[in-house]
Amino acid sequence: MPIISGVYEVIWDATFQLVLLGSLLIGATSGTLGAFAVLRRRSLLGDALAHAALPGVALAFLWTQSKALPILLLGATVSGVVGVLIIEAIVNYTRIKADAALGIVLSVFFGGGIVLLTHIQQSEVGNQSGLDKFLFGQAASIVRTDLYVMCIVSALVMIAVFLFFKEFKGLIFDAEFLSALGFSQRVVDLLLMGLIVLTVMVGLQAVGVILIAAMLITPAAAARFWTDRLHVMVLVSGILGALCGALGVGLSALAPRIPTGPVMVLVATAAFLISVLIAPRRGVLARWVRLRANALRENGQHFLRAYLALQTQDKEEVVLADLASELQLPLYRVRRLAKRLGRDGWVNTHNGACSLTELGHKEANFVVKSHQLWEYYLVYRSILEEDHVDRPADEVEHILTPEIIEQLELILAQEDIDVSGDIHKMGSGYRRTGKDE
Amino acid sequence: MNEFWGPFWIVLAGALAGASCGLLGAYLVLRKMSLLGDALSHAVLPGIVIAFLLSGSRDVIPMFIGAAICGVIATVLIETFHRRWRVQEDSSIGIAFTALFALGVVLITAFAGQVDLDQECVLYGEIAYTPWDRLFWEEWDLGPRPVWILGTVFALNLAFVLVFYKELLIASFDAEMALSVGVSAALVHYMLMGAVSVTTVAAFESVGAILVVAMLIVPGASAYLWSDRLKVILILSALMGVISAIAGYFLAGVWNSSIAGAMVVVMGVLFALSLIFAPHYGLLGRFVRQVRLSLRVARDHVLLKLLRDRESQRVSALSWGDLVDTAARWVSGIAIRSLMWQGLITRANGHFSLGEQGVIHATRLLRNHRLWESYLNQIGLPPDHVHDPADALEHFTDDRLREEIRAALPDIATDPQGKRIPDG
Repeated sequence: MPIISGVYEVIWDATFQLVLLGSLLIGATSGTLGAFAVLRRRSLLGDALAHAALPGVALAFLWTQSKALPILLLGATVSGVVGVLIIEAIVNYTRIKADAALGIVLSVFFGGGIVLLTHIQQSEVGNQSGLDKFLFGQAASIVRTDLYVMCIVSALVMIAVFLFFKEFKGLIFDAEFLSALGFSQRVVDLLLMGLIVLTVMVGLQAVGVILIAAMLITPAAAARFWTDRLHVMVLVSGILGALCGALGVGLSALAPRIPTGPVMVLVATAAFLISVLIAPRRGVLARWVRLRANALRENGQHFLRAYLALQTQDKEEVVLADLASELQLPLYRVRRLAKRLGRDGWVNTHNGACSLTELGHKEANFVVKSHQLWEYYLVYRSILEEDHVDRPADEVEHILTPEIIEQLELILAQEDIDVSGDIHKMGSGYRRTGKDE
Repeated sequence: MNEFWGPFWIVLAGALAGASCGLLGAYLVLRKMSLLGDALSHAVLPGIVIAFLLSGSRDVIPMFIGAAICGVIATVLIETFHRRWRVQEDSSIGIAFTALFALGVVLITAFAGQVDLDQECVLYGEIAYTPWDRLFWEEWDLGPRPVWILGTVFALNLAFVLVFYKELLIASFDAEMALSVGVSAALVHYMLMGAVSVTTVAAFESVGAILVVAMLIVPGASAYLWSDRLKVILILSALMGVISAIAGYFLAGVWNSSIAGAMVVVMGVLFALSLIFAPHYGLLGRFVRQVRLSLRVARDHVLLKLLRDRESQRVSALSWGDLVDTAARWVSGIAIRSLMWQGLITRANGHFSLGEQGVIHATRLLRNHRLWESYLNQIGLPPDHVHDPADALEHFTDDRLREEIRAALPDIATDPQGKRIPDG
């Protein structure tokens, strides 16, 4: 297998290891900080910041004629910060809203950057300046000294996150509480912005100005699905970011022509989609399973209630077709329902008719009782009129517990209310629920 | 291509793109949808690339179809992330458009050579090649293809804005009112988004996916600073698009750089100029208004100080140091000088006194002040709390308002502190 041996060779290549380590650091840093940026709703500001960095890179090169990373990043930082300050000024001093201000600074700075870049390219023929790697990112251009810069910046960011975790947490969830504790909200906000600036700058080389914002946003949004606790989210986001960085670089090593930035972003997007799908509790699958279980239970209980409504004194059996018309469901679904309830040991089915087992009777009586008691209770508390209680009772019957039923019974008994029989004398309806197949 | 027609076609293409974007951009800014325009212009990229790959040509129709599909996918993704999966709105936009844009770039680079499309085209378009990209019908040369495309889109946008002017106006400013007069705000929204997508795609070849955002937002926002009237905003916005195209072309020649980039820089300059010089919403206008206001307040305070002094001791003996407000020395100094220059106050032996006109002015102000104090006291403010609000109100009370307050008060001669209310 040529591709396997190719991968093997690439992995043991020293340059590749360097690049891999670099992108791992970038991913971890932007993932960690991204969690705060996203929760503080600063994610698109990161985008503006990154785009605004482009003219700085070009100007730094024009001025110093040097391609050393620290110098270019310094230029990028200065113009990025200027861009953000201009956004703030526009929002504070004019009638233009934040979204337009962001778009204006982002696109005009980027346009200026493009002018400078094309100027450099066209005037210095032969000296391909290689600045265009900052557009879409080229992790392969990371050299050893770049890695040192990345290590220092990442370490700074991580230490700051560790030291000021509580302050950031306060800023995100309860800014007033933070002020009450004696911290200036503005200072903490500025600190967070400063860290976002550092993170964006350190990622520029490998991911590029256009897409670096995604490395802040996407892993953090993915991590949000896995947990409700901030420190867990920060951790998950950092790990996801690191994985995306490493995987992105690994994948793009197979096709060197493709810039690394877009590949990393696509890997991160895949991580996001997988998280959305399989995350416990908040994930789409988990929610679907939960909804389906609810629908199953509700439909089963409706089946039992309909059975009791149709059952007559002399016959211990109800025809499934009658149940279908009572429930207003197609016959095939009722049949399937009967089969499943049979598996639970509540229903016996034979020749298109069914009868309840003892267990089924017990459950059916309980559901009917819940329904009726809740109706009587609503009327007793003058919450609703008799002819309006069926629907709410239908919704509540599935979630009432035996303890609540006992309490209801007690309350109604104390008031001497007769709870036998149908309060509105017209039978009960069945709410249509979600599909149970 | 000769020396006139080459630049002419380029500038015309740029101007048409600028005007088309400017028309729609004004609405994007008004409706606070700038970021959606940003997202959309990034997100249509994979659609365009896939259309190129499948059709193997730069035909407009497949490109529009591909872009339209991608635009719809982006919109659906953002909505799904936000509404169904409860991701924050800004994050939803960020995730969706970066993912699609990344996909587009990967496709372009992966199939480089197979498509007549490269990273440069994505970044800043190929407006410089406009004169050579001809449109043929049978064997007749009809002129540059981008000019035809952009011209058609401009005509469509103009027709859209003219025909639906009222609907767009109502839906942009008052969605509830729109509903009550039978305009569907949602329909207007989708029509506008459709127009933005078409314009983005048409402008893509000329100015690239990212710079089209500037063309959409910047002229609209600049025009928004100049006027409150939608018609004026629309015309100004389109006009700024055209001016940027012309100026950008020549600047690109001077700088030896990308034409589209230079157009955007000119837009940025126009925005900066608007920001500073726009009459009502500009920074300069705002600053001048503020200075004039504080000057007026400072002058009033000088006059009042002199009058109060005269009231208490019959002889005015206030020096410069007594008169200047130490908290705002600079404004206060200008106020005193301007009053002297107008003859409202005079100086003799280092002491200031009110001139004839000055007395009339000052008396009117003092009457304002004491009437307000009485009035505020009458509506329930305790006497020791009426001075400060009256101090703020006295400057902005004209003859009519003054007599209305007088009429609302019982016949009194003094204010709550027992000081005489002068006749005005």
